[in-house]
Amino acid sequence: MLASRNVRPAAGHRMAAAPGQRALLAGHPGRRVMVAAKAQKKEIMMWEALREAIDEEMERDPTVCVMGEDVGHYGGSYKCTFGLYKKYGDMRVLDTPICENGFMGMGVGAAMTGLRPIVEGMNMGFLLLAFNQISNNCGMLHYTSGGQFKVPMVIRGPGGVGRQLGAEHSQRLESYFQSIPGVQLVACSTVRNSKALLKAAIRSDNPIIFFEHVLLYNVKGEVGDKDEVACLERAEVVREGTDVSIFTYSRMRYVVMQAVNDLVKKGYNPEVIDLISLKPFDMETISKSVRKTRKVIIVEECMKTGGIGASLSAVINESLFNDLDHEVIRLSSQDVPTAYAYELEAATIVQSSQVVDAVERVCGGRVAATV
Amino acid sequence: MALPAAISSLKAKDGLQLGMSVARLFASAASQIKVEVMPYKVHRIEAPSNIVETNVPELMSFYKLMYKLRRMEIAADMMYKAKFIRGFCHLYDGQEAVLTGIEAAITLEDSIITSYRDHCQHITRGGSVKELMAELMGKSEGATRGLGGSMHIYNRKANFYGGNGIVGAQIPLGAGIALAHKYRGEPNVCITMYGDGAANQGQKYEALNMAGLWNLPVIFVCENNHYGMGTAEWRAAKSPNFYTRGDYIPGIKVDGMDVLAVKHAVAFAKAYALANGPIVMEMDTYRYHGHSMSDPGSTYRTRDEINAMRTERDPIERVKKLLLSNGVEAGELKRVDKDVKKEVDDAVEAAKAGTIPPDSWLWKNMYVAPLGGEMRGVLPGQYHAPDFDPEYTS
Repeated sequence: MLASRNVRPAAGHRMAAAPGQRALLAGHPGRRVMVAAKAQKKEIMMWEALREAIDEEMERDPTVCVMGEDVGHYGGSYKCTFGLYKKYGDMRVLDTPICENGFMGMGVGAAMTGLRPIVEGMNMGFLLLAFNQISNNCGMLHYTSGGQFKVPMVIRGPGGVGRQLGAEHSQRLESYFQSIPGVQLVACSTVRNSKALLKAAIRSDNPIIFFEHVLLYNVKGEVGDKDEVACLERAEVVREGTDVSIFTYSRMRYVVMQAVNDLVKKGYNPEVIDLISLKPFDMETISKSVRKTRKVIIVEECMKTGGIGASLSAVINESLFNDLDHEVIRLSSQDVPTAYAYELEAATIVQSSQVVDAVERVCGGRVAATV
Repeated sequence: MALPAAISSLKAKDGLQLGMSVARLFASAASQIKVEVMPYKVHRIEAPSNIVETNVPELMSFYKLMYKLRRMEIAADMMYKAKFIRGFCHLYDGQEAVLTGIEAAITLEDSIITSYRDHCQHITRGGSVKELMAELMGKSEGATRGLGGSMHIYNRKANFYGGNGIVGAQIPLGAGIALAHKYRGEPNVCITMYGDGAANQGQKYEALNMAGLWNLPVIFVCENNHYGMGTAEWRAAKSPNFYTRGDYIPGIKVDGMDVLAVKHAVAFAKAYALANGPIVMEMDTYRYHGHSMSDPGSTYRTRDEINAMRTERDPIERVKKLLLSNGVEAGELKRVDKDVKKEVDDAVEAAKAGTIPPDSWLWKNMYVAPLGGEMRGVLPGQYHAPDFDPEYTS
């Protein structure tokens, strides 16, 4: 179980370079050797899993290509495309200039002709510059062309609050993209699901916005079989339980599971569900859980205003009101720009102690010990 | 690259790819007409010759097509005023020569993408006036089933990529389509059309840079009708020489009211683009209507200017004069006029009698693969299952 490990990387462990500086990735020879050794044990880091997914899909289908800043010769600012340009050439792993609006539009145009581009935003926040192309062209074209054009592209990149990256590099774009009709939003969280979901996203004929998290690239884990492809619309039951349904996604999954450690010691039995599909929600899994536990806590990294949790809370209130014993509790980031100082940054996002408090509040005192 | 050499090298590679009318230049037709067009202004490239060869059948086809486009746009104007067409309606009359000339120099294997002034592209790419009119009226027989409207006409089979509402957003798309042509090794170009207003958009320069970097076969066509909605070009652009705005990318300025000048230049540009990379074309043209039907078009320009354009530079009149001076009888042209009017009128009537798209079409084709879930309706308790049905069978 990945739960207790890797919530925060160990102090000495060098994170990938802050994209704000667009700094050189510290080519840490020691780490690469370590990584190679790990690969033989079949436990790899998430960036490697994503790279494997891209590599396997590019090999399988010659119309799959990658475009983005520094994806080619530089190897990707988070190494997700490391070395692929040597294997597939510059046309298929295309280093673009710094023009998000331009190359996102280019990706859409290429996708309209039948190519399957994977467009990387070096940080999801930069894709605000490409919002018009994502919303109007990527999302809506299939519908407004009367079903004529598909846009089989994947837009991927890291988002979320990192390690003191500053407000502009700590954004949660899933909030803004969720209203766009016609796109699917998927958030990966583990090594295994990141590879399986990215493969599925590349194979899907719909436009998929694939959210990775800047702090999860070095999470270690095992991948599934070579051709494991996950269902993009299915949520993942991380832990079955009876007391309360905790819905979460991306890095907050680890925060929740850390809280679950404490909660189990206190006698609680929470059910934890990783949403995976942020749009559309997997209502089957969600409603099954809500009907079982009758209490809901949403733990998200989005802002309180207008986030994924806000939408999910509305859906649960509207569709499952009579199955609830308690109002939906939503733990979200605070509606402030993410501060630089470590302590203030930590105060803007949800911490595991807050999840414990919320469960205690919702479930009342210590439940009768059954296990 | 001299035009004949460029064309013959292209022909040797894939003779069928070149526009048929250019191929006819090499046919030993009896009645070749040589026309001198306005000399081309060029930027970083050698100008092609301004003597264009043509013949009566070709000119007749141009006349017929341009007249059809003109009547169609006038019919759209009347239908808009009669409230059969709603929303935004951007008309192309005055600019017919640009599109007719472009299509004469390329094939349906080449791609075209343009802005919201896209009604005529549907026709030149092989669509029917009826489909266009039905789309403008929001009927299910329309080019995009009534879902797109005036600004979103598409035809995938004819490589017409729309129809884009946001000014300038089509330019990176066009670069992407050209990238796909190059990726697949196809000997085709993407004609990316935009206006003088869009020429000031940042994403155009992003696309120019990338196209230049990777030598993408894209022809950037700026239809300079001198007004970006209500703002004249001299008030919006520091440099009105749009054909030079590609900087390191060569450019050519063409008299956009002369279909022969356009055809000749686009053939030249296509040969260049396939051999070398992107090229910018500026078509000096004019729209008789305002920006759209909500704009009278006379508050920022004088009626004298509009009338002067009609008398001195109208593209259809120019071709008509050429035909009359080359042995075609006025009566034959009148017959063509009558046929075209009938075609357009019939199309309008057929469109009016079309069917309204059913409610079940609201949820079709949001996604390609059915996702298995249901979307919520307006009221609580209402659910709709989105389905994939590109033929709109139910």
